[in-house]
Amino acid sequence: MTRVFVPRDSGALSMGAEAVARAIAAEAAVRNQPVTLVRNGSRGLYWLEPMVEVETPAGRVAYGPVQPGEVPGLFDAGFLAGKAHRLGHGPTEQLPYLAKQERLTTARVGIIDPVSIPDYERHGGFRGLRNALAMAPAAIVDAVTQSGLRGRGGAAFPTGIKWKTVLGTAADQKYIVCNADEGDSGTFSDRMIMEGDPLVLVEGMIIAGLAVGATAGYIFVRSEYPHAVAALTEAIQAAYAGGYLGASVLGDRRRFDLEVRVGAGAYICGEETALLESLEGRRGMVRYKPPLPAIEGLFGKPTVVNNVISLASVPIILDRGAAYYRDYGMGRSRGTLPIQLAGNIKHGGLVEKAFGVTVRELLYDYGGGTRSGRPVRAVQIGGPLGAYLPESQFDTPLDYEAFIAINAMVGHGGLVVFDDTVDMARQARWAMEFCAIESCGKCTPCRIGSIRGVEVLDRIIADEDREANLALVRDLCDTMLAGSLCALGGMTPFPVLSALNHFPEDFGLPAAPLAAAAR
Amino acid sequence: MPPETATAPWTPAVQSALDAHKARPGALLPILHDIQHRVGYVPPEAVPVIADALNLSRAEVHGVVTFYHDFRDHPAGRHVLKVCLAESCQAVGCDHLLAHAKQRLGVELHGTSADGAVTLEPVYCLGNCALSPALMVDGDVVGRATPEKLDGLLAGLRRPA
Repeated sequence: MTRVFVPRDSGALSMGAEAVARAIAAEAAVRNQPVTLVRNGSRGLYWLEPMVEVETPAGRVAYGPVQPGEVPGLFDAGFLAGKAHRLGHGPTEQLPYLAKQERLTTARVGIIDPVSIPDYERHGGFRGLRNALAMAPAAIVDAVTQSGLRGRGGAAFPTGIKWKTVLGTAADQKYIVCNADEGDSGTFSDRMIMEGDPLVLVEGMIIAGLAVGATAGYIFVRSEYPHAVAALTEAIQAAYAGGYLGASVLGDRRRFDLEVRVGAGAYICGEETALLESLEGRRGMVRYKPPLPAIEGLFGKPTVVNNVISLASVPIILDRGAAYYRDYGMGRSRGTLPIQLAGNIKHGGLVEKAFGVTVRELLYDYGGGTRSGRPVRAVQIGGPLGAYLPESQFDTPLDYEAFIAINAMVGHGGLVVFDDTVDMARQARWAMEFCAIESCGKCTPCRIGSIRGVEVLDRIIADEDREANLALVRDLCDTMLAGSLCALGGMTPFPVLSALNHFPEDFGLPAAPLAAAAR
Repeated sequence: MPPETATAPWTPAVQSALDAHKARPGALLPILHDIQHRVGYVPPEAVPVIADALNLSRAEVHGVVTFYHDFRDHPAGRHVLKVCLAESCQAVGCDHLLAHAKQRLGVELHGTSADGAVTLEPVYCLGNCALSPALMVDGDVVGRATPEKLDGLLAGLRRPA
């Protein structure tokens, strides 16, 4: 029977994929042309969602964006045989957006049935785990260290070093915690993994457990992601039934248990210690460090806390070897990054590339410029705590160190595009306002500083004593940078100062000379 | 437990949530989610009951309920409309969408329309940033939202049951 793929990804659902799936099933029944509907993840070409794919002897063929009303026409045109149609895009793999990507971590997303273990294994799944089961814990940690993998949640701390600390800390119980509180605007790669290939995350967490001697894991998913929670829950059930989770991992003497926990709408819980507090049933208040979570983490036990993408990158490292992964990338940024194109962009979606791709390539070669058709004026990279980049910085390669050099951050790899109608003083004010809304309240620079920041920026926008207030906002940013307990207060100055430095004309100042803006 | 709370309409739901999750490590958030799912909100009168069951102080439970944006201490309308107000949606005009929603519903953020049909809430990112601006209606995400799309949705939500 012909297999037809209609994504269950929440982005596709947000454009009507559920109704399309029902329409295809109904039309197939009426025409007596039976099909097998597979609810896959999204390929990440969101402007084509709902993107329907048909499996043909020559490979998969894509159609989109499909609305329910188009379904009879697709049948008439012979889409089940991959024939031409107004919405047809030809073989999926040859779409330029996909063909030039380097999909390692997201290799199966959009391709497989996300909750089918046989499908997962047919596409290389659990090979990394089988290798890991035959390795000593220290050898697994060493492979991850050698791969050069750094924390993909934003902090870019070497994953192997974190694991080594947990491995070397003796305890009666250790934990693996997956940070799936993907709260940064412009990011959705964690969600795409959880909805499109949740088993790769499960596999990565089991391997992490074997590596450090942890027997239990928690995935902390934000409540804004109900479809991710559903897919993960199904995947975990399947993994238990298949013997991958539970008292004996694939017949080994070691156990690993895994559970999904749902957040409750607090951005700060993406900070690892606030997340641990939340998992323990408390307010998401940031903890002082030390002790590091690797020494005293969840319930006071040694804990690995890693982002979804970090953990989901582990299986391929254990499958193909550290060198295979390390050979992608540049400088000290090894491997690939699933980049997300968002905001005012024509071709928004997922682009996984080796580090080194430039912002300009992403914006224009992949993104196709703005959706509004107006010039790009600013791009915020790395979420609400990331800097706004002006056009003069678009040739910066995606590389942790290159971004630090321009006072920016790669973060979780989200690019939010703004056209020339943006008011950067308002964006700076928003950064402070968001910090005020989401501050946990534990430290003064963040709790009070953000509120004072909104007030000072309001005065600048209203042209009240502008020079003095601009000096004040810089002074305040300095205090927040140096004195905050975590990245929320400590990095809110990045969007504020980058807006001020690169777009001074929006603050009533003379425009920045190009050379200064490029600095 | 004082007799009046023992007979409150939410008592069985709270008890079921406690029974289902009390033994889990870090049980408070799962319990609060479960109560809100069953009752629609976390009744302030249930806080001492939860505190007692978990051997916590009332202040600790109250502190958790009030810390997280998701938990509400009074019922919402029949439907909850969340408008994403984060950067990606700002880049494509979510402020116009929010103004339109406020005007149509006759409420400010966190308010419920006079007919009790819709509560309007902000949300900071739904992870649908390639299809901004985004909305969420009772757990369903809507991409590339427009005032026209919103009007269509609201008409469905406000139709008398």
